Amino acid sequence: MSELARSARVVRALGTRSIRQTFRRPQLISPIVVFPTLLLAIQTGGAGAGVELPGFPPVQSFLQFMLAGSMMQAMMLAGNSGGIAFAVDIEMGFTDRLFAAPIPRFAIVLGRLAGTAALGLFAAIWFLAIGLIFGAEIAGGVPGALLAMALTAAAALAVGGIGAAIALRSGSASVVQGLFPLVLVVLFLSSAFFPQELMVEPARTIAEYNPLSFIVEGVREPIISGIDATHTLEAVVAILGIVVLGLVLSSRALRHRLRVG
Amino acid sequence: MPAIVVEGLERAFGEVRAVQGIDLRVDEGEIYGFLGPNGAGKTTTVRMLTTLLLPTGGRASVAGHDVVDEARQVRASIGVALQEAALDPLMTGRELIRLQATLQGLPPAAGRERADALLERVGLSGAAERRVGEYSGGMQRRLDLAAALVHEPRVLFLDEPTTGLDPVSRKTIWEEVQALNEDGTTVFLTTQYLEEADQLADNVGIIDSGRIVAEGTPESLKGEVGSPHVELLVGEGAVPEAERVCAGLGRLLPPKDGKRVLVEVEEGAADVPRVVRALDEAGIAVESLELVRPTLDDVFVAKTGHRLEKEESEGDEELSPA
Repeated sequence: MSELARSARVVRALGTRSIRQTFRRPQLISPIVVFPTLLLAIQTGGAGAGVELPGFPPVQSFLQFMLAGSMMQAMMLAGNSGGIAFAVDIEMGFTDRLFAAPIPRFAIVLGRLAGTAALGLFAAIWFLAIGLIFGAEIAGGVPGALLAMALTAAAALAVGGIGAAIALRSGSASVVQGLFPLVLVVLFLSSAFFPQELMVEPARTIAEYNPLSFIVEGVREPIISGIDATHTLEAVVAILGIVVLGLVLSSRALRHRLRVG
Repeated sequence: MPAIVVEGLERAFGEVRAVQGIDLRVDEGEIYGFLGPNGAGKTTTVRMLTTLLLPTGGRASVAGHDVVDEARQVRASIGVALQEAALDPLMTGRELIRLQATLQGLPPAAGRERADALLERVGLSGAAERRVGEYSGGMQRRLDLAAALVHEPRVLFLDEPTTGLDPVSRKTIWEEVQALNEDGTTVFLTTQYLEEADQLADNVGIIDSGRIVAEGTPESLKGEVGSPHVELLVGEGAVPEAERVCAGLGRLLPPKDGKRVLVEVEEGAADVPRVVRALDEAGIAVESLELVRPTLDDVFVAKTGHRLEKEESEGDEELSPA
């Protein structure tokens, strides 16, 4: 078996374990599914008239507009949950089992991220299904839905990389859990839940440069108006940027962990 | 070829020198007992030998590979069961062994077969589908041991494998370690239990405050601190006469109290009848007689000036980074 094939098997096995772990630990799955679903229900029920505001992008319904935001929220929380689970592994010594195995150490991080990406994909399917059930249309059709799902999964992997790096550096689940409010701040200072054009300063400028806004728009466009190359490209670039940042931080944190044990 | 060679190995955490230039050598097929109190540097040493921690000085090789420059080859040759069984409580026993097989590069079918065989070997077949969090401490240790064996490693590191276990579970682990060793596996075993080192180890290294203070076979180490002695409890007033008689049989040791006589017997149990006969012929009534052999604790005391057994219950932690 080639080195690459062997690493791929390890990543798949660790990703599978990561997904199982999430579904077997309710406190990890509930923030990914329950919390964003409740927020979606409350916002669409209470702020549905927002679509009538001047400057609101043309959408079929507020639910259709909100789906991308909920997917981003679930994706961000999946990344955070992945980081927490990784930190729990470090705390209980499970990562020692992995570090003592003859596998490339990046495969350990990639295995965790593969699980996080799968949870991001699950979240995307969940919210697209909710949207379809409650009458939202996917303007981009099946290709649009697939693009939204792929971008959400990739974004979960990217955000999970940051969570994994913090878990590796701190070795503490509480520290990663402490990032939860920051996740919400990043979300609300993006165009996830409200069109950028209708925001007031300084939130509008922050949202304009927030990488998450680019990802949100990349996921939203196929849902509300169809696949758009510019938005897709911007989302991919934003995701790649976060992936690179996560890889650099994870790589440094891995070296630190080996130095300090 | 030696299985483990350590030369001047050091590890510091800031100002704290957890391991201070240790040297040791473990031959293939040997059980090496690394004995010392909590915080002595045992776990830090094991973490360096298993490539989980970089040394800050010296060098070490395991299975012929340098632990820093050839870490990957070292990891392919070793099995590791660390102090606190590193198990995921949400996985089932079978899932864990199969994951370990994948980590060690076994093909899927071979991994499944090996998992079944190992679960059978450690008596966990019936609990294989249960989550590890539902296992008892002894079952978790057995599972951890099985996971460490999945790729039939040349060298097995066991870091305090029986700490916190009941006597029955401890004995089960001992039997398994002995069986593995009989199959040719080299075992590096850290322990704070004297009896464990005495029962299992071919050679023992005693570590205290990051330094190896004594090394050798359990018998040779015990031999260094003296011969066995007979401890006699005699009636009041008979002590001087008993001492006079015993002085002709061996060296008298300082008495613990006014009722006991301690006499060294070079041949151990073989000398006891001689002592009994001499006392009987002298008409001295003996209330009790005990043959006391030197223990590794006596060795520890002789080498460090303090007792290991007492420290076992104090429970201070191994040095680790803040």
